[in-house]
This record gives sequence, C-alpha cells and structure tokens, in this order.
Amino acid sequence: MGRIGKIVRRTFLIGSAAIVGGVAFGAYYVTRPAANPLKPTKGETALSPFVLIDQQGVTLFAPRAEMGQGVKTTWAALIAEELDVDLNDIRVLHGPAAAAYYNSALIGESLPNKGYDISNFQHNLGEALGVLAKPLSLQVTGGSTSMKDGFERMRMAGATARETLKQAAADRLGVDRTALTTENGAVIAPDGTRIPYTELAEAAGKIEPPEVALRDPSEWRLLGKSIPRVDVPAKSTGTATFGIDVRPEGLKFASVRMNPKLGGAMNGFDASAAETMPGVEKIVDLGTGVAVIANNTWLAIQAVEAIDVDWGDAPYPSDTDALFEHISKAFDDAPNSTMRDDGDVDVLPEGATEITADYTVPYLAHATMEPMNATALYTGNKLDLWCGNQAPTLIQMRVANTAGLETEAVDIHTTYLGGGFGRRGELDFGEIATKVAMAMPGTPVQTTWSREEDMRHDYYRPGAMARMRGAVMDGKAVLIDGKVASQSPTQQAVKRYTGFSGGGPDKVLVEGFFNQPYAVPNYRMSGYISDLAVPVGFWRSVGNSHNGFFHETFMDEMAHAAGRDPLDFRIELTKPVYAPAAGCLEAVKEMSGWTGKTPDGVGRGVAMAYSFGTPVAQVIEVVDEDGTIRISKAWIACDVGLALDPAIVEAQMISGMIYGLSAATQEEITFADGEVEQYNFPDYDALRMQNAPVTEVRILETQKYLGGVGEPGTPPSMPALGNALFDLTGKRARSLPLNTQFDLLV
Amino acid sequence: MATALKINGKTHQVDLPDDVPLLWVLRDEVGLTGTKFGCGVAACGACTVHIDGEAVRSCQVALSDVWGDVTTIEGLGTPDAMATIQKAWVDHQVAQCGYCQSGQIMQAAALLAENPSPTDEDIDDAMQGNLCRCGTYPRIRAAIHDAASKLKEA
Repeated sequence: MGRIGKIVRRTFLIGSAAIVGGVAFGAYYVTRPAANPLKPTKGETALSPFVLIDQQGVTLFAPRAEMGQGVKTTWAALIAEELDVDLNDIRVLHGPAAAAYYNSALIGESLPNKGYDISNFQHNLGEALGVLAKPLSLQVTGGSTSMKDGFERMRMAGATARETLKQAAADRLGVDRTALTTENGAVIAPDGTRIPYTELAEAAGKIEPPEVALRDPSEWRLLGKSIPRVDVPAKSTGTATFGIDVRPEGLKFASVRMNPKLGGAMNGFDASAAETMPGVEKIVDLGTGVAVIANNTWLAIQAVEAIDVDWGDAPYPSDTDALFEHISKAFDDAPNSTMRDDGDVDVLPEGATEITADYTVPYLAHATMEPMNATALYTGNKLDLWCGNQAPTLIQMRVANTAGLETEAVDIHTTYLGGGFGRRGELDFGEIATKVAMAMPGTPVQTTWSREEDMRHDYYRPGAMARMRGAVMDGKAVLIDGKVASQSPTQQAVKRYTGFSGGGPDKVLVEGFFNQPYAVPNYRMSGYISDLAVPVGFWRSVGNSHNGFFHETFMDEMAHAAGRDPLDFRIELTKPVYAPAAGCLEAVKEMSGWTGKTPDGVGRGVAMAYSFGTPVAQVIEVVDEDGTIRISKAWIACDVGLALDPAIVEAQMISGMIYGLSAATQEEITFADGEVEQYNFPDYDALRMQNAPVTEVRILETQKYLGGVGEPGTPPSMPALGNALFDLTGKRARSLPLNTQFDLLV
Repeated sequence: MATALKINGKTHQVDLPDDVPLLWVLRDEVGLTGTKFGCGVAACGACTVHIDGEAVRSCQVALSDVWGDVTTIEGLGTPDAMATIQKAWVDHQVAQCGYCQSGQIMQAAALLAENPSPTDEDIDDAMQGNLCRCGTYPRIRAAIHDAASKLKEA
C-alpha cells in the first residue's frame, strides 16, 4: 500500500468518526500549496492553475469532467465573472491531472450528518475538511459537488488574477490600482485607454497577488443567468472530441474481451483463427483477458470475438435468485450503520396502525452512450493516455503503476465524456488501454470496447432490498423502522483505488434513507452490507437511487394507510423540519393542479427526495391508452439555494428524472451461469422520444446552501412513477423494473 | 481492391474488406469522427448518416453496399457555417454529453427534408430509433419544431 492508500484511509476515518485526528493530520499537508500544473512556455503567463494568458488571449481551466452537466461552462463563468472576460473571446480547457485541481467539496459530503439539518459549524467543518482533498490529489467529478467546490474558489481565482493584472497596469501607468477598472479582457485607465490583459500578463506574473474581496452578487453579469454553453456548438457539428475520437499520428485500433464471469480467471486461449483475420496486427494476452490490435476498430472486434477463451468461474453465486438470496441474509447480521435512531421504534404507539412492506430493486448498468475506451501511447519511459474520465489523478496513479512509471511520466489528456453517470470514475478502461499499448511501444493504440463488452463489464448499481415497518395514527406517520441491504460500492471502490479494505459505517449505502427531512417521532434507519464479489460502483445518485424508491414508496403506502392525500401527508411531515422540501412539494402541487383526484384512465404519483444538498419533488402522470400505460407528464420542483445557470439546472433536473424513469420502467441486469444476461440496448433500453413525458421544471432558491443538480433529479423519479401506477391501477409496485408488472409503453 | 466513396462531396478511395461497416470506414479510415459508435446493432442511432439524402444506420451498411453519396454531420454544416437544424440545436441548448447528437441531428434533418411540418407524432415516429441517455428529448423536439419554422421562412 502506497502513501496515497494511507492518506485515503485516514480520510475515510474522518467520514466515519475520527474528525479531530483527521484535521490535525490534514493541517500538516494542506499548508503546503499544491504545485501549479500549468508550465507556461515563452510568452505565456499562468496567473494561477486556473488562468493562463499568452499573446493570443486568455485560457481558463475547468478541470472537471464535462459529461453533459454543463460544468465546463459554469466553472469558467465563475472565473470570468470576476476576471471580466467574455466567454466567447476566451478558451476553456480541461487541463492536466493535478493535485491543484482537487475537489474541495467531496470530503465534506462524507461527514455523518443529514445535510439539511447541519449547523453553520458543521458546514464550515465540511469546508475545512475539503482541503484534505489537495494532498490526496482527489481531482474527482462526482457527488454533484462541482459548484459547491468551485463557487468561492473559482470566483477568487478570477478576482485575484484581475487585481494582479490591474496592479501590473498601475505599475506601468504610475497610478494607484484603485483608479483602474476592468472590462472584457482589458484594464481601463482613468483616461479611458484600454490595456489588454495579454499585454499585462508577463508583468503580472512577477507580482505577488493582492488580497481581494469578492463582488456582491448584485453586480454579477454571468452567474444566475442562463448563458450559452461553451461546448454546444462543437457538439452540434460533430467537432467535439470524445475519447473515442482522438487520432494521434500513426494510431492503431484495438478491442478487448475480459472474463464475462466477472473477476474470474482466464485459464487459456486459442487465437489461431483470429491471427489470420483481415487487418489484425497483434494478439495481446492481458492475463485476465485478450485484446486484438488491428488497423480498424471493427476488424479488431471481429478478431477478438474469434478467439476461443477458456474462462474461469465467477467468484459469486451464479444466478440472480442466488445473489438476492445472499443479499437478504445480510439482514440477519448486525447492521453496518444506524445513522438515524429517534424515539423508540420498538414500541408501537397506542392506537397506531402498523404496516410493513418489503422492496427489491435490481442491479443496473450505466450504459453511457459512448462505450468504454481509452487511447495510450507508451514509449518505455513515458505514457500518454487520452480518455474521458471523472478522476484524472486517480487514473494517472493507476496507469503509472501499470506501466511501471512514476506518475510524473504519465500525461492524462481528459476529453469530453460521452456520458459518465459514475462509470467513468472507474479506472479499468485506462488500465486495459495501457496494457494493450504496452504491447506495441511507440505506437498509439485506441482500445474500444464493443457495446456488449461495456454492458457486461460494468461496475453495477447494486441490487438492493428493503424491509420497512411503519405506523400511522390520526392521519400522520408516527413510526418508521427501515432496513436496507445491498453490496457496498464505497467499500469496493476504496479497495479498487487503494488496495485496502475500507471499513466503518457506510453513509453512501444509506443516503436517501436515513437523512430524509420528515418529522416522524420514532424513526430508525439501518444499513446492512452484503459481502458479494459482483463488481459494483457509483451509479447516478448512488445509494439514493434505491433508497429514494424504498423510502418514498413506503411514504405513499403510509399515506394510503392513514387515509390521507399523499402530497398533503408529505407537506405536513416536512414543513416543521425543512421548509425548502415542503416548498418543493407545494410547488409541484400548484404546477400540476393537484387535487388528489384524477379522471378515469389517469393516475398521478408524487415523491420527494433530498439528496446532494437539494430537495426535489416530482409529480408524474400516467395515462391508460387502450390498455397500454404511457408516462404523459411530469412536474419537477427543486430548491438549489442559488441557481448559477437556470437553463443548466432545468436540463439536469429533466435528465436526472429521465435516467431514473428509464431504469424504473425497464432496466435490469440479471445473471445466469455467472454472466450478465444483457448484451446491448435491445436487452437494456431506456426512455426515448415517444415515451419521455412532457415536463415542467420550477427552480426555487430559498435554502441556505448551494445544492447539487446533476443527480438529485433521479431519486424521486422511480417512486413517483410507481405511486402514479398505484393511483391508476390500485396495484402497488414493490420491485423494479415496472414493465414486468404493468403494460407500459416502452 | 480500393472502393470509391463520395463523402460530403469529396471522393475517397478506401482499401478495406468489403464487409467493414460504413461507420468504421468513416471513423477509422477517412477520419470523420463526428459519426459515433454506440451499439453496432442499429439500436441507438448514434451512427446515423445520409446516403442520397436518406437517414441510415452506418453500422449496418457494409462498405461494398454503399449505394450513393454519403453525407455526415461534418457535411451538414460547420461551426462557422451551421445548417439551420444545427443552429436550432444551439439555440435550444440541446446537447448535454453530446455523444448522440450527431445522429439525432442527421435523423432530424432527414425528417425535415421529407416532412417540412412534422407534428409531435411525426417526431415521435421519426426519432424513436435515436437513444439519448442524457434525456435531451424535450429540447430535441423543440429544436425540430423551431428548425421547421425557420426553414419555411427561408
């Protein structure tokens, strides 16, 4: 275990409990500034890791994965807001893998609080802990954290650069810096003369940056407004470069096959048929799989499929039923966590009606539109890796290890991501491409997975089960006692990234379960970890993706048992605890014209979930059309505290919901003989144009903190749909997907 | 033996086996990477191009079967000179990850060429073969309607 392993372990202890020791430990490291990864060449000045100016103009660095969520644009806007540059006149680049690009918001999320109820002290503690990500080199895009991370730091980066440029101009003109202003890439002298930043950068680079204050939001030109995304023109003309599109000189094309019995060994293979196939240049033995390098990707795929491989067995029960049987056994052990335990759930309040329900949801694949791929050039003492990824520093460390090089000898080139959803935070595609390229030193090789390889070798959203018990009295919920069991993506990921096993209470497993803002006096929520070797990972909204369904379907069942309207029932329970959540519910009530009554053939369901700092309420309407049920309409209300770009927030809310509805309606990864049974989109489809609902979004800004937007749209979507189907048919869905229980238009 | 293909108005000589799909000729041989690989089985539409104006899944057309002139997303318009449909995509800020959008735009362009005033149902029928995992469908629909009205004005 290397140094990083040790540090990451300390960090996860912080997430669990040992906060004091962690801060002291972190204080040592974080006082040292991270090196600026930008190495300006002659004529360039790097004013910070985020701002580089040369004769041609200004370049801003947005070192977060642009996977559709608009981070490249809003990150750049945070800097540009203070720097006074026009986004149309500058370049925005992702930049290299670097500790300086650490995510300061990621670690604070792991504190054992509920989020909505945190004190200012806890909020500040989370921010203070965030700097630990710097020595850890945690350059990660995930957890809906980018704006929380960048909001202050990037405006400060812009303001500091601006004032330094002004100081350079002041020195040149012999005036005081306060006599100068800035506008659209230039310092304006008292007599109105414009001095472009490009002329001042070299001198500014030699000046110690002054202390600056951030502008008042009332002065903002860009933030809070919907601005055109910087990536959209390229993405509308086929000119955006994704990982699969990089074309270094002399590129060869490869494809790969790993054991479909995931994690199993490779006993041997016979590649004699593949060797003579057209275009084939080399067969590569990867130890646990095979690859073919050819002069065309399709020819490489044909050849790799023609290799006869003897695969070893899977290290887990071989079929779906046996896996869920194993998961259910986790309930027999002690819980891994009980992060909420209010009142006394063991005593049923007198006069209360008790209800129970068990729920099950399947394993799910990410199924990004762009299949996994990476391109590597290995020369013996240097490695270049091109790929869309959510964790440049982690992938850099991993492939350096694979190639036997120091991390400094590895350059990571992060492209656009053709979808991420958590899948591209993994390291496997980079590692495989590196191994393949090492078989052909000096030649760049692009390794592309077939869709079948991608779908059958994912780090899946784990299958999960819940056992819920509750009680209602006088129209209110008076008791909730919930248990959820699944594999732990966090524990597995820590082991994958660092080589050691993480321990302690797993907050991610129970997020969306223990921390929902409902006033229920007796309320206990426990998580149980099922130890299985099926590869599992972070799927858009992670634990919330199953817990949202469990908690909010059960909420509906309780409302029904209490004889209450499910929307009013929720508003009453949230209002005393967290007004922004009640505000979202009230908003969708108004937007949808909710009356609690629907005409024959129409059903409506509601759900609310608080995740990644953002409460989101959704109402979904379903219509029976001659026996086929169509999802016709949806209303979404979210409270993000501050909408830095409303059009992007709206897009993410709809996107998150459709991602969840796609899973709820029809997605399921199943196993037989140790192998995933779904190969391609015909077996694992998603909503499309004809069955995506007409949707209206309202963005509220009443809560105190900045909430995430990339994931919070997903958790309420699945229960809202199930609850709508109950309203329409009287049949309660306690498992997903729904197309196995209802005749849905899919 | 080399096969001659006319792509975006330019003739290319391609020396690959006859059964290599047009998609992989475009991407790996001709260097036109705007056309995307998504599934390889005509289930997602990311590889949609036009052959003689007709929208086809280029992953299912073998090199030797290409029956006419090929137009790809790069041939439709460029960042400096966008086609009306591409401009509508920008105006409506359709793209998120953007990976499927080349195929969506090529499919939509073929729809509008055939049907200048598509209804929502026409859009459902024409576009349902094109998958978008980001769920950009509402903005795609709005952009198609907008492009249709702009093309009529022109």
